[in-house]
Amino acid sequence: MNLFLDALAWLTDPAHWTGPGGVPARVLQHLAITFAAVTAAAILALPAGILIGHTRKGAGLVGAIAGAARAIPTLGLLTLLGLALGIGLNAPFIALIVLAVPSVLAGAYAGVQNVDTDITGAARAIGMNPRQVVLQVEIPLAAPVLIGGIRAATLQVVATATLAAYTADFGLGRYLFSGLKSRDYAEMLAGALLVAALALLLELLLAAAQRTAAKRIAAPAPGKSAAPKPDSPREKEPV
Amino acid sequence: MIEFETVSKTYPGHAAAVSDFSLVVPSHRTVVLVGSSGSGKSTLLRTVNRMVEPTSGRVLIDGEDVRERDPVALRRSIGYVLQHGGLLPHRSILDNIATVPVLNGTPKRQARTAASELLERVGLDPRLGRRYPGQLSGGQQQRVGVARALAADPNILLMDEPFGAVDPIMRRELQEELLRLQADLHKTIVFVTHDVDEAFLLGDEVVVLREGGVIAQRGTPAEILGAPADDFVRDFVGADRAEREIHITTVDGRSIAVDGTGRPVGVLAP
Repeated sequence: MNLFLDALAWLTDPAHWTGPGGVPARVLQHLAITFAAVTAAAILALPAGILIGHTRKGAGLVGAIAGAARAIPTLGLLTLLGLALGIGLNAPFIALIVLAVPSVLAGAYAGVQNVDTDITGAARAIGMNPRQVVLQVEIPLAAPVLIGGIRAATLQVVATATLAAYTADFGLGRYLFSGLKSRDYAEMLAGALLVAALALLLELLLAAAQRTAAKRIAAPAPGKSAAPKPDSPREKEPV
Repeated sequence: MIEFETVSKTYPGHAAAVSDFSLVVPSHRTVVLVGSSGSGKSTLLRTVNRMVEPTSGRVLIDGEDVRERDPVALRRSIGYVLQHGGLLPHRSILDNIATVPVLNGTPKRQARTAASELLERVGLDPRLGRRYPGQLSGGQQQRVGVARALAADPNILLMDEPFGAVDPIMRRELQEELLRLQADLHKTIVFVTHDVDEAFLLGDEVVVLREGGVIAQRGTPAEILGAPADDFVRDFVGADRAEREIHITTVDGRSIAVDGTGRPVGVLAP
């Protein structure tokens, strides 16, 4: 018996593609909790990371928080939260936020901190106030690294969001847990394949976003590297 | 008019960068601060737009202490040109030039039109306006830096070694361009450089600084070259250098100027 073929057969069975427990519904649920957790993590960590990168104060704190948060086993945290909050989506939602915060925080902090101080100094010297320096200079120039942090967080969350099914009937993880219980390994593998495909898709989208952001930033200041030929065409006009 | 009144600046744990510096920069004139690194010349320049706050003493613009001005408004009212251009790499040339007018509330379209005219004014093709700083040569970027500094039509221009990072031929062109612009615009310019020849070319008045922001000598280029105050200035401006000693010899009935090394440098005008 070939497990892989069984999984494909499971995936191509039309019965698995309809209804509230069907693949489309579960994919949407999975995406929803991933999106919600990464968004919540971004709301918490982006301002903090940008502020720390801007002021260059509290870098040690970032390292400590990121390191500590990364050392927390998500399944253990989920179990604890599940015991405290009971059955439902709250526990996995919080656990996924904790998982996403370190990457988002590190990306925002590193991206903003690495913006050339000659450029931010010049922006200040010609009369931008601190808010304008952050919004009009530091964030656009940090965007590729900042998006990189969100990309790493999204990948971790989309893979780990399978744990949502540990305490709720939610997301693609349901196929893994129910397959394990009923020894339906074809269902388990199909679930795993769907999660992997989703992760790849998100990875491609975010990598493209990162490249677009990087393209908007032209070559560095003169004297530091040779400028390209003046008549070289720009790849993309800005909006 | 810019007045420095006994300005001192000490960074914690360092010797004084500037001590008891006093100078009056008259309106519509170019004053060049020249000195080697460690002379505090950039620090002095940056006290004018409050990028550096003096430890003691004060800086006045038209009689008003700059500390009483809001730093952001003050900086927008002063043109500032930096060594590496300091252009925003993610914005087009036109948007870079229009930065300050847009911050001041000028409509974007109008600011861009004005920016395009400024590009021509500094000797660049307006079509470059749609490019990005990274696509321009170092010399072109410096011209854009000058255009950006002029965009809000400030009375004062601060120039911090603006031509230091470009090659000698380009530097010469930029210097000529600045002289031409200044002849039209009559700004009050404070220019910082470590290059004596640049200082003598551009300055109505030149201030030679020694270590720690102490004035070694101030005067017109001719005064300084003709009567160096001491050995430091004599050495710094190269008054004893062979190239500074010009003799006249007659060749085929024409008077030829020859420097101390015997190299002909020009023909005496009849």
